Amino acid sequence: MSRSWRVFLIWALAMALGIGVISQAHVTADMSFFLPSRPTAEQKVLVDQLKDGSVSRLLMLSMQGGDALQRAKASTALHDALLKTGQFLTVQNGSQVSLNQERDLLLLHRYLLSPTVNGERFSVKGLRESIAETVDVLTSPAGLLIKPFVTKDPTGELLSILSGLNPASQPPLEEGVWASRDGQRALLLLQTRALGSDMDGQEAAIETVKATFANGIAHQGFESLTLQMSGPGVFAVNARAAIKQEVARLFLMSSLAILILLWGVYRSPRLLLFGLMPVASAVVGGVVAVSWVFGTVFAITIGFGTSLVGEAVDYAIYYFLQSAHGGESAWRTRFWPTVRLGVLTTVFGFGALLFSSFPGLAQLGLHSLVGVVCAALVTRFVLPAVVGNRVRVPEPGRWGRFIANALRRCGVIKWPLLALTAVAFAYLVLHHGNLWTQNLSTLSSITAQEAALDARLRKDLGAPDARYLVVIQATNQEQALIGAERVAQRLDGLVQQGLIGGYDSPARFLPSEAEQQRRREALPTAAVLRERLAIALVDSPLSASRLEAFVEAVSAARSAPLMTRQDLDGSALSVAVDALLNSSKQEEGRGKLSEWTVLMPLWPGVDALNELSPTILKNVLAGTGALFIDRRDEFEALYGQYIAQARGLSLAGLLCIVALLAWSLRSVVKVAQVLWPLCSAVILVVAGLYASGVRLHLLHLIGLLLIFAVGSNYALFFVRGDKTSKMDDLALMSLVTACMTGAIGFGVLVFSSVPVLQAIGVTVAPGLILALILAAAWR
Amino acid sequence: MRASMMTSMVVLTWGVFSTHGALAFDLDSLMAELAAHPGGRAEFVEKRYAALLDKPVVSKGEMTYTLPSRLEKITTEPKAESLVLEGDTLTLVRGPRKVTLTLASRPEARAFVESIRSTLSGNRLALEKNYTLQLSGQADDWRLVLTPTDAKILGLLKHIDVSGNGRQIRQLEYWQADDDRTVLQIKPIPSP
Repeated sequence: MSRSWRVFLIWALAMALGIGVISQAHVTADMSFFLPSRPTAEQKVLVDQLKDGSVSRLLMLSMQGGDALQRAKASTALHDALLKTGQFLTVQNGSQVSLNQERDLLLLHRYLLSPTVNGERFSVKGLRESIAETVDVLTSPAGLLIKPFVTKDPTGELLSILSGLNPASQPPLEEGVWASRDGQRALLLLQTRALGSDMDGQEAAIETVKATFANGIAHQGFESLTLQMSGPGVFAVNARAAIKQEVARLFLMSSLAILILLWGVYRSPRLLLFGLMPVASAVVGGVVAVSWVFGTVFAITIGFGTSLVGEAVDYAIYYFLQSAHGGESAWRTRFWPTVRLGVLTTVFGFGALLFSSFPGLAQLGLHSLVGVVCAALVTRFVLPAVVGNRVRVPEPGRWGRFIANALRRCGVIKWPLLALTAVAFAYLVLHHGNLWTQNLSTLSSITAQEAALDARLRKDLGAPDARYLVVIQATNQEQALIGAERVAQRLDGLVQQGLIGGYDSPARFLPSEAEQQRRREALPTAAVLRERLAIALVDSPLSASRLEAFVEAVSAARSAPLMTRQDLDGSALSVAVDALLNSSKQEEGRGKLSEWTVLMPLWPGVDALNELSPTILKNVLAGTGALFIDRRDEFEALYGQYIAQARGLSLAGLLCIVALLAWSLRSVVKVAQVLWPLCSAVILVVAGLYASGVRLHLLHLIGLLLIFAVGSNYALFFVRGDKTSKMDDLALMSLVTACMTGAIGFGVLVFSSVPVLQAIGVTVAPGLILALILAAAWR
Repeated sequence: MRASMMTSMVVLTWGVFSTHGALAFDLDSLMAELAAHPGGRAEFVEKRYAALLDKPVVSKGEMTYTLPSRLEKITTEPKAESLVLEGDTLTLVRGPRKVTLTLASRPEARAFVESIRSTLSGNRLALEKNYTLQLSGQADDWRLVLTPTDAKILGLLKHIDVSGNGRQIRQLEYWQADDDRTVLQIKPIPSP
């Protein structure tokens, strides 16, 4: 076997292994791309909630078309069918029947659950007042609801338990099921069993809903009904699908365009094919490295990888075009050092991102760094061996010579370009306060249409967005629940002042054992209770003699065991408790006790316009060890931190590049000759973006870094080319071709509907072209 | 043959006359009377009977009706409580607690509230949406029975008896499905 075959086989084997690794890689598209890997306590809650919290498992459904009766029937059918699949923890559509089980459970344990059970409640005075209250309700229009329970529960403990629940935002009923306010849509609220971060599970749940709906309406002949769905899972699944689809489409587009361009230059299918080796190596190597280091690969990282094609193909172009006249060894001495320096500047630029505490940034950095190194190594060591010394590239034709001459004459527009840069710079200085957007949503893939649907469904359903949270951490379940009860006492004060509308607490359905014991001990014996009732009800319309069932219930509760979480199994109450009370056992291995976390979402007050003041909440919670979290503020702070860090890292990367150039070129003039065209290109690009209404965000910044990393290659060739001789047409052609492929590779991203990718496209593509022209002008 | 024709003539004529006699006071004229009510204040006594209770629960207070759609019921005895119906919103204040309900979200509650409001405003169309109406008596002592048409509401409420003289409602009586009932007696306070 010849050497070239051996080298090729080794390369092919490595590629196959890499593809094997990639096929096993876990690809995700959730928000954690934007979340820090070493979060603060507040951020951790945010991250956990976004990934796996109850809010992240919410699916909101709306059906429209047909008439109210058809919608109600379809809603009931969908409700029953979805419950049977077992993929959903809860399926709610407003039908009352489904809550009987929960009511019975609350009634059974009422003396352990009711917050009003205490010694005072069962004194003569307490009994008189609470029973008078019950009689009042009994004879009101709402009396029918409590009539069956009055003799068992005359003090109204069931109502005490229920009064703490969120009453505000139940949707209206139409034909017995939830409907929108205008009555045109039937509504359902689901909670998936799959975690929010389990993309495949979310996708399966969404597919189940769609299939069940399609099946159901076909069965009943309600073809005029349509289904709309929203929720965090829907967003994430859609985003992943969009990116998957786009990556394929964009990759195809850019590959095709680049192949056509390269065909024009090489006129050789053999070179065309070999030229793809560094590209494939870069893409595979990048993803393999990311999946090894991070375990999970973000879909955006892979999407970003497609743009790398435009960069990695450069090295093969340099090799083929530059070695055409002198052969491999001449290329190695004359051009390889420059290519190597270009690779190093790229590595330094992206290396800085590795230190980011945000996994998304770090992944982009690692992917680019490894990809570029792979492409360069394959070009240097594999390509020459495989291709051999027989690189035959046609001499540049009329167009090639024209472009090469145009580049040589770029010097004449040096001063106009300088003036233009100066104007752009002044323009940016003038507007420097507005350059960056503070809005995190610009990074998300959610379309305006999706967001509007989501907002409408949320409003219709009164679904929680859980903006305000109180979080308690404890070492065991009992301590967690005691903490929740202590916080609840303080929050009650805020409810009374009307500052908050209420709150959710796991202790509402599962009080701490201490609290349960306290309540149980407050219950009097049968004899004492009978005696007190006789005195308390002397003048009451409800006579004590009718309340024997009550006396029996109380004395049974005195000897009943305390409630445990198992007592709630199978009811919606268990879901409510589990959503608010989590234990994470990950830390156990390191000798730390398992962590319990209580989440208490706050509901906005009646005057929903009033935002909650964090200061008030923090004062109220002082001493309880509980954290108050405003998710929106937390997000904004997070994003600010993200941008600030990315800027810092980009600057550090830039300084590394400068240091590298200074060390390697050993000339201030030459360093300036390399850097100035790049700075100028960056200024022109940013000014152009701003003038066309774009507000910069994180990914534009990454794009600017890319202009530096890739563009430095062009400038280096011009600066180094001076040393030996004038660049010949082929060498110039190699630069133009490399620049064009880069512009195409990044340029196709402009058509992406994923904002993150689009931002990189609009920044890098024009940036590279400008960098080449400017480098040629200042040569 | 002739004799039977005569008989039918007589019966028909009698029928015409008797209907004509009732026309002096029918639903439309009662509704017109009620609609002409200018609103105002009234004292009320409410007695609530339930099978479980040995005697009725009695409460007293004042009601105010302001055209076109505001109804206020302030209970003073035995406990302060206020119930305000304004348009489609029902607000209940009892002690420190305040509950606001939008009627659109509860069709049963809406039917219930409409019974009072539409009677007060003499809106026959609105009443007939939810109830069949049966009127008896004369203009100065009438009795109107509202029977819900919706089976679901009928499961809660058997019928509502409203009685009064002229444009003044004197008493509302709600019969729940289980025969527990509430009697609301109204005595207008002459405006000064």
